[in-house]
Amino acid sequence: MTTATTSEAAVRAILARVPDPELPVTSVVDLGMIHSVQVGAAGIEVTVLPTFLGCPALEVILGSIRDALTPLGVPVEVRTTLAVPWTSERISAEGRRALAVAGIAPPSDPADLRCPHCDSARTVLDNAFGPTQCRSLHYCPDCRQPFEAIRVM
Amino acid sequence: VLLSMADDEAVLGWTDSEWTGIAPLLEEDVAMSSLAQDELGHAQALYGLLAFLPGGADPDAIAYDREPADYRHARLLDHGRGDWAMTIARRFLYETADAVRLDALATGSWTPLAELVGKIAREERYHRMHIGAWLTRLAEARGEPRDRLLGALEVLGPDAGTVFTPLPGESALVEAGILAAPMAELETRWRAALEPDLRRLDLPLPPPTADRVSGRTAHGSAFADLHAAYTSVRRSDPGATW
Repeated sequence: MTTATTSEAAVRAILARVPDPELPVTSVVDLGMIHSVQVGAAGIEVTVLPTFLGCPALEVILGSIRDALTPLGVPVEVRTTLAVPWTSERISAEGRRALAVAGIAPPSDPADLRCPHCDSARTVLDNAFGPTQCRSLHYCPDCRQPFEAIRVM
Repeated sequence: VLLSMADDEAVLGWTDSEWTGIAPLLEEDVAMSSLAQDELGHAQALYGLLAFLPGGADPDAIAYDREPADYRHARLLDHGRGDWAMTIARRFLYETADAVRLDALATGSWTPLAELVGKIAREERYHRMHIGAWLTRLAEARGEPRDRLLGALEVLGPDAGTVFTPLPGESALVEAGILAAPMAELETRWRAALEPDLRRLDLPLPPPTADRVSGRTAHGSAFADLHAAYTSVRRSDPGATW
């Protein structure tokens, strides 16, 4: 039986490869968006934490999760919950590293924010709102590069 | 209470989205678009909660298919986009009121709403910081910026308190522990919350609310135009999906 061979770990391994369409360098797991994974006789149930309420990527993400799990051949249900608020602290160490490599500073107190390009601590907030709801805009006077950071939520 | 909050957020979001592309600074283009997107996200989630209630309809139908007279947003949000000072004054008055209202719902006994309110409040904190900074900037600039801000506060002032127009059935909500206090009490809290900033900047407090009855039902004329604009795509092909 297929259900017997599908474990929670296998589901999580698949989710770890589902990207956020607005931050494709990281996965929904590294961003801390997965609240729970349940594997039972009835199939797989994945509960997702929305990052921002108006985020248009959410529907895409829910669809990608469904598509990624469908090949397992068991019923898949993907839900969202607000029971636990998503916060930027939920982003994993691996997720923070991947963001920084892509030139996006991981969430940090404004005083500790470092330039993802040259690691300078002298950075300037340019705009608390950015190209997506989860990002703000900054400037580094040392390497003279503008950069984005994940907003602290 | 759900419909009034959802309509407030939707109408404000649609109004401010008009700044996309034409805000006074590129940064504000991005910021105001993001703020508007947040408000529409909040409205969508609130319409979604409404849809679950007995007699609930499809959230999109609630958002787009009503006649202008059936919307329940506060008349404070009914003055058209206006200039930048109007935008900042309206948002300052509204965001402060919204914070008081969210506070009164955050510990409510209906879990789905209390959870949603917690999530909305986290996002709105950034809005208040941003708008507060602009209010200070306009108020402290001598000459035209301050004059325009004073003009906007004068126009909006009489309608500012319409956010707290008593709701039909609000005493039942208070009794059920969903809403912490009646709207009249929330209005008092809101006036107290406005005072420190307005006093510091030597700006006038809004006058007492003249209309305590029809503040959410008798809409301003600007709303008819806004309604025609934001429903136009849906009306062009009813029932279309994409």
